[in-house]
Amino acid sequence: MSYRLETAAHPENLRRVAIDPVSRVEGHGKVTILLDEQNRVQQVRLHIVEFRGFERFIQGRPYWEVPVMVQRLCGICPVSHHLAASKALDQIVGAHRLPPTAEKMRRLMHYGQILQSHALHFFHLCSPDLLFGFDSEVGRRNIVGVAEKYPETAKKGVLLRKFGQEVIRVTAGKRVHGTGSIPGGVNRALGVAERDALLADIYRIVAWSRDAVHMAKELHTSNPALYNSFGIFRSNMLSLVGSDDKGPGALDFYHGSLRARDEDGGILFDKVDCRRYDDYIEEEVKSWSYMKFPYLKALGKEHGWYKVGPLARVQNCERIPSAFAEAERREFVDYAGGTPMHAPLAYHWTRMIELLHAAETIKELLHDDDLLGGELVAQGERGFEGVGVIEAPRGTLFHHYRVDEDDLVTMCNLIVSTTHNNQAMNEAVRHVARRYLHGREITEGLLNHIEVAIRAFDPCLSCATHALGKMPLAAELVDAEGRVIHRLSSA
Amino acid sequence: MSINPGFAPSFSLDGRQVPFTAGQTIIQAAAAAGIYIPHLCYRPELKPHGSCKLCTVKVNGRQASSCTLQAQAGMVVESDTDELNDERRALLQMLFVEGNHFCPSCEKSGDCKLQATACELGMTSPHYDHFFPSRPVDASHPDVLLDFNRCILCSLCVRASRDIDGKSVFALSGRGIGSRLIVNARSGRLGDTDFSAADKAASVCPVGVILPKRRGFAVPIGERTYDAAPISVVALREGE
Ligand code: SF4
Ligand code: FES
Repeated sequence: MSYRLETAAHPENLRRVAIDPVSRVEGHGKVTILLDEQNRVQQVRLHIVEFRGFERFIQGRPYWEVPVMVQRLCGICPVSHHLAASKALDQIVGAHRLPPTAEKMRRLMHYGQILQSHALHFFHLCSPDLLFGFDSEVGRRNIVGVAEKYPETAKKGVLLRKFGQEVIRVTAGKRVHGTGSIPGGVNRALGVAERDALLADIYRIVAWSRDAVHMAKELHTSNPALYNSFGIFRSNMLSLVGSDDKGPGALDFYHGSLRARDEDGGILFDKVDCRRYDDYIEEEVKSWSYMKFPYLKALGKEHGWYKVGPLARVQNCERIPSAFAEAERREFVDYAGGTPMHAPLAYHWTRMIELLHAAETIKELLHDDDLLGGELVAQGERGFEGVGVIEAPRGTLFHHYRVDEDDLVTMCNLIVSTTHNNQAMNEAVRHVARRYLHGREITEGLLNHIEVAIRAFDPCLSCATHALGKMPLAAELVDAEGRVIHRLSSA
Repeated sequence: MSINPGFAPSFSLDGRQVPFTAGQTIIQAAAAAGIYIPHLCYRPELKPHGSCKLCTVKVNGRQASSCTLQAQAGMVVESDTDELNDERRALLQMLFVEGNHFCPSCEKSGDCKLQATACELGMTSPHYDHFFPSRPVDASHPDVLLDFNRCILCSLCVRASRDIDGKSVFALSGRGIGSRLIVNARSGRLGDTDFSAADKAASVCPVGVILPKRRGFAVPIGERTYDAAPISVVALREGE
């Protein structure tokens, strides 16, 4: 773990390459690379413009509005924000234990979100790179290309995602901007017809999810030279781990306590109550990036940064509480050889293991009649502060609020998954730049290597979510005076 | 159909004969005959105010507010015409951009008359530039929140509080674009009035200004007022 290549020693004499995707509301990313006369990489930075104004925007709003309002934060995984905010506000209304119907409806919604998000990411956004190669012909490197060459794969991807969206619709009320989760519980139970419709499909969904894991595994294990080393860096890992009533150390996306491991897999802390997150995590501000850099306080800025998301979660837990996914996890751990796997491309494999777990969990939940009715909301002694933490598709998501006597929000702090991975993504990009770009003429195919590394983390950036190979990207070589001497565009 | 032109005076509305009784306004007679005329500042139980202009119809070729104009025998009234509906849509668009109406995160969504009327009239975009006014919320009352961001100045709450609750908690102040709703208390805060969540004024707001606290999104999508039926049906059914 180092800051190598974060800051060049003499930037004044270097040429600059900016990879600058067009922005959208979720925030946008940009990579700048400084090259010297011989095209040697001297400095690499991933800058992410984050939508930070939101925390201010929430201040002064009534708390019950927040779970719906925060969905505007991110067009990519609004459900995660919806639920994290609800969990924080449960503490405001004194709902320290939700009625079974409420907790299970929320879980169902959340696992539906994981399923749809992971399917979208793997099949739509990444499979073109993985199936055709990172510098394959641009025109074919998209989901349409996949659909032509691997029609079955593309179809499964589309239907897995659709199923996840349907789970969201019946739990949240709408596919996007639903209202299902409210402070203290939920506003609806599942209808019998809705349940039966999902049940009719779920076995197929589980089977396809298994195929998806096999595909990711196959891609990885058949090309270890690439997959085990592309963009590699070693780091700590952070995630929620389920509470002990599910067996110690079980993977849980909806609820649990915080666990961190070091790069060798040793436990740094465990069973940390989420409400105490700010005793353990600090955020650093760097002048060149809008997005903060979180790190584990105890280890300090330089050594305390970590990664979150599937690769961290699957290795942070001791077991996955569903049979097929657990078998896959074991295989993954065996493949890694008893030490943590740090290769960014292994995110894909672990993401598909999680997709399978989400499908299996949905299946189990659909057989639980608690979903069909019962108490929907709990209430208790009014609180004034709440922290809600959830494992969003991209990693750990924190929502923290303070609410006054008049019911208005006075403080809001959010740490989103992509922010946790900020340093990690920077490291991966630097590694790739060093390995592939160093000393070479920059081409679109080479730039795509940078994108492939960023995309492995599934950041919620527009640049990572432009499907169909149309990621608008421009690279400019700029001389020491800032004059553009060469421009390359992939769009 | 109970229309019987032979025995009661009547007028024509979009080509149909609508009977009326003495003193009835056009909108009242139309509602009694099962015909919806879009409106926002009118409620049958309150004195009409004639300010939103959404209920504008053409009477013998000239525009008039159907919530204030009394029906007269032989009038020729047009309401559901392209021209009038275009004007209504423009009025709605102006209401949307003058305030801060973010339907996806508004708890009144699905129960809101402004939204439902916009749907009814096929308004698909706000068209004009948003004003994004800066209006604070008043959360000082223990049971009721005021979110002025959504006020369309219809004055229904003013009339309900004054004429039904006998309290005069609300008033409209200022003129033109400077008009705003105020609370009759030295502090200007609802918590310093004798307003109660049981007041009529607490339930008449067509949009999401006067809201019971802590209810939020308790009613799921699918079960809200205008999820099952459009406002043209609900208004007639509920006598609103
Ligand atoms: S608060 Fe509601 S009822 Fe009162 S004037 Fe404004 S929009 Fe009309
Ligand atoms: S309803 Fe007639 S003017 Fe508003």
